[in-house]
Amino acid sequence: MVDYIKSFDIDFIKQHIPQYVDAAWLTLRIAFIGIALSLIIGLFCSLILHFKVPVIRHIVKGYIELSRNTPLLVQLFFLYFGLPKIGILLDSEHCAYIGLSFLGGSYMAESFRSGIEAIGKIQTESALSLGLSRFQVMLYIVLPQAFSVSLPSLCANVIFLIKETSVFSVVALADLMYVAKDLIGLYYNTDEALLMLVIAYIIILLPISIIAGILEKRLRHG
Amino acid sequence: MDNNILLKIDEITKFFGEHKVLNKASLTVEKGEIVVVLGPSGCGKSTLLRCINGLEDIQGGSISLDGNVITQKDTRWTEIRQKIGMVFQSYDLFPHMTVLQNILLAPLRVQHRKKQDIKEDALKLLERVGLLDKKASYPSELSGGQRQRVAIVRALIMNPEIMLFDEVTAALDPEMVHEVLDVMLDLAKAGMTMVIVTHEMQFAKAIADKIVFMDNGEIVEISKPDIFFNNPQTERSQRFLNKFNYTEKR
Ligand SMILES: Nc1ncnc2c1ncn2[C@@H]1O[C@H](COP(=O)(O)OP(=O)(O)O)[C@@H](O)[C@H]1O
Ligand SMILES: [Mg+2]
Repeated sequence: MVDYIKSFDIDFIKQHIPQYVDAAWLTLRIAFIGIALSLIIGLFCSLILHFKVPVIRHIVKGYIELSRNTPLLVQLFFLYFGLPKIGILLDSEHCAYIGLSFLGGSYMAESFRSGIEAIGKIQTESALSLGLSRFQVMLYIVLPQAFSVSLPSLCANVIFLIKETSVFSVVALADLMYVAKDLIGLYYNTDEALLMLVIAYIIILLPISIIAGILEKRLRHG
Repeated sequence: MDNNILLKIDEITKFFGEHKVLNKASLTVEKGEIVVVLGPSGCGKSTLLRCINGLEDIQGGSISLDGNVITQKDTRWTEIRQKIGMVFQSYDLFPHMTVLQNILLAPLRVQHRKKQDIKEDALKLLERVGLLDKKASYPSELSGGQRQRVAIVRALIMNPEIMLFDEVTAALDPEMVHEVLDVMLDLAKAGMTMVIVTHEMQFAKAIADKIVFMDNGEIVEISKPDIFFNNPQTERSQRFLNKFNYTEKR
């Protein structure tokens, strides 16, 4: 084991750290935007399902089924290679935003929906009896409570989506996975490249799961 | 028309699917009057109250408040409900808000009153029900009796014209029942119009101007309390009271 670690080419690692740092920022930016969009899409979809909005709810249901039952890889191929055939050209970064939020939206929708459903009817009714509108009941009573119920699964989704970003290298986006594959292809320093890849993901994901854990505890006891 | 009448329920009928839960129920409530609704479990008491503030729709008849029919398609319930305070059996405070936030939510967001004024009102009301020291507590830190008193304050601060109480002590431990009933007695003295569903017979006898006895979705008898308890006018109310005396003595 020690010998194995000693066999690592430290200079190689040092030399390529900046590439990983750039890629990590790119991955983070995609994750951040993709997740923010996922949350918005998810919230809207869950509200449409909750209020049983005619027609649109069936579209939302279809979207959720489609999104949850196709791999992100296939969705990205479709965006990157399929859409240009019908004249819609997207660059890799936009493909990544759209792909991630298309996938994440349905996961977030399910999380929000289960949170909203967990809030008893009596809460809604007592708020309505005070003269609040349906919208106000949602805003002030249901969503704040639903959010703390949903938080664990929302956090799990965030981590899941960050991991999914590793797929974006297939649309030629210079994210972490892409850099690692690139270095391996160029220099055959497989061990070093993969080690840096793993470390980069851990550096991104570990703080997020720690923060998620703290948030969860806070909300549960608060 | 008698302009002392605040609430008029006129032959309302309510179905849940095929099941007729209210059958041509009629009742008038005058300003300042205290009406207690009695009847076996499942006879439609809660449904009657829920129809009054539009939580259930009705399939026949009508309900008027202040002479205006409120059971129409275009009824603006957010306005009507401000005039109708309701307290439920289950503790229904908003768990993510403090006592004061619970109380201030509707006056702030629905009535758009000034925060300073309503805060003063809220503190006065909390003092009146003996809970001033709990204003910053969360519902989970309160006993059942305390929660129900806060729920009453939360409804009162809207300055409703009428208060509806649906078995507000039924889920309480016995030693807490009185603190809630006392608040209601206090309200009665202050002249509030109230419709109360309860199983507390002594309380009903003490507070009611009028007893409404329901059975199987119908209003069977409406009497003054001394007549109802001493000399019930129908066989069904006699049977109901007998059962109660039996269980109370046991
Ligand atoms: N949401 C509902 N759906 C179907 N049936 C209901 C519903 N709510 C109440 N019921 C039925 O209506 C009847 C009257 O109920 P309720 O008004 O709650 O009676 P009470 O308050 O007198 O105990 C009961 O038979 C009950 O089962
Ligand atoms: Mg009931």
